Amino acid sequence: MTALILDRVSRWFGNVVAVNDVTMTIGPGVTGLLGPNGAGKSTLINLMSGFLAPSSGSVTLDGTPVRGNEGTYRHIGLVPEREAMYDFLTGREFVVACSELHGLTDPAAAARRALGTVGMEFAQDRRISTYSKGMRQRVKMAAALVHDPSALLLDEPFNGMDPRQRMELMDVLRRMGEEGRTVLFSSHILEEVEQLAGHIEVVVAGRHAASGDFRRIRRLMTDRPHRYLIRSGDDRALAAALIADPSTAGIEVDTAEGVLRVQAVDFPRFTELLPRVAREHGIRLRTVSPSDESLESVFSYLVSA
Amino acid sequence: MYNTTVARLTLRALLGRRRALILFALPGLLLLVSAVVRGLVGADDTIAADVLGGFALATMVPLIGVIAGTGAIGPEIDDGSIVHLLSKPVKRPVIVFTKLVVALGVTVLFAAVPTLVAGFVLNGNSGRIAVACAAGAAVASVAYSALFLLLGTVTRHAVVIGLVYALVWESLIGSLVPGARTLSIQQWGLSLAQRIGGGDLLTSEVRIVPAVVLLCVVTAAATWFAGLRLGSLTLADEG
Repeated sequence: MTALILDRVSRWFGNVVAVNDVTMTIGPGVTGLLGPNGAGKSTLINLMSGFLAPSSGSVTLDGTPVRGNEGTYRHIGLVPEREAMYDFLTGREFVVACSELHGLTDPAAAARRALGTVGMEFAQDRRISTYSKGMRQRVKMAAALVHDPSALLLDEPFNGMDPRQRMELMDVLRRMGEEGRTVLFSSHILEEVEQLAGHIEVVVAGRHAASGDFRRIRRLMTDRPHRYLIRSGDDRALAAALIADPSTAGIEVDTAEGVLRVQAVDFPRFTELLPRVAREHGIRLRTVSPSDESLESVFSYLVSA
Repeated sequence: MYNTTVARLTLRALLGRRRALILFALPGLLLLVSAVVRGLVGADDTIAADVLGGFALATMVPLIGVIAGTGAIGPEIDDGSIVHLLSKPVKRPVIVFTKLVVALGVTVLFAAVPTLVAGFVLNGNSGRIAVACAAGAAVASVAYSALFLLLGTVTRHAVVIGLVYALVWESLIGSLVPGARTLSIQQWGLSLAQRIGGGDLLTSEVRIVPAVVLLCVVTAAATWFAGLRLGSLTLADEG
């Protein structure tokens, strides 16, 4: 049982607050650290892996401060986002070097095991410079796993991977979580997090916005008011028919643009209502598009919820 | 204080890069020039001192120091691969010290040793010029390695700044402004060479005691700062 505990952690750079009073406990299993770009995910991973000191608060792994304590790396496996890793070595040489740096008694055997876990034996004797993005990611994983760490931290591990590589890596991480390791990965893509993590921590603008089961967070996201932009054969008649239903909270007839702006409060009911009303009134729908589906708006809703 | 895995990775990175060709080209050039000079004018102490002092100590040693010192750490920091060293249970000072040892070893091997050989080629170590210059090159290598290793941890432009220091400050300004020579690693090395050579063919502006003290202070301070810099690195460029 390994727990990574952030207690009232803040980190600022000059006048900029990157992480603001975050308290969270990352326990065994897979946890997704979700947030838009620039939300402070990287800073958090830096803090969790001891590469940054918190400006205030504490980051501990099973009670030991992570920063300034190389010994904690015996328990942490780190998969950084950046690609570079001694590209002039072969995959095997790199992983063996990592196990030597950990002071393992049989570096070659540990490397073999780790490369097997990520399914990279087939290319282990090729130079890393010849690897694809997905292969690099897997070798980074092997390097992070070579000392059998109880906690695994991954910074945007799925960035730039194709769907198959993504699925394979997810399988590996899921297995790690089931083995009882504490696995944390960051991502700005909800679907990724949802597929993999039972537990989600959401950060927005440096703040800890939400924490918990992904279903709860997903519900928060789908229950929020949705805005639609609609173009139709008869905007005014459509507006009149839609506003009569309780699933809409406001409609603006924008005559200058020739569009309707609709705010729906009951998402499932509205999606059923709109085509029915249009058919009943013989109104042709030309455009129906959600106008605030950007991740940022979803997140900002979460923060205020 | 020394980690063989770190040393192996550093050495392979250093010698695997195209820049490493300069490590072979410069000593090769020195030996070639020495052989040609010896063939044309025969053994001559003054010419030997000019070649070793003017080319080996003034140009070759600092250039190789720049390549070895910055190359031992700079590229790893630039591309982020240093993270794989820093996320291991290895103390930061061990990483810095090991890289310093590798940089120093490479500089001595590719600068001080060829200087010695060139000295024997030029005049058969007459007047102990070969040994004196090689010793000067070796002690200068220590300070160059430490200083340029620090530069590699501080800036992406370590090579350029290192070259500016070696060529503009030490060579150009040093030849115009006498005071600048006091703060010149080349002069500290020469000071030792003068002491060993004993003659008046090799001369330095800096006396032996301040030269040795400055060498030690620069080496220790640069190594210490490099360790601090390593401790402040993060996983990515962004904050």
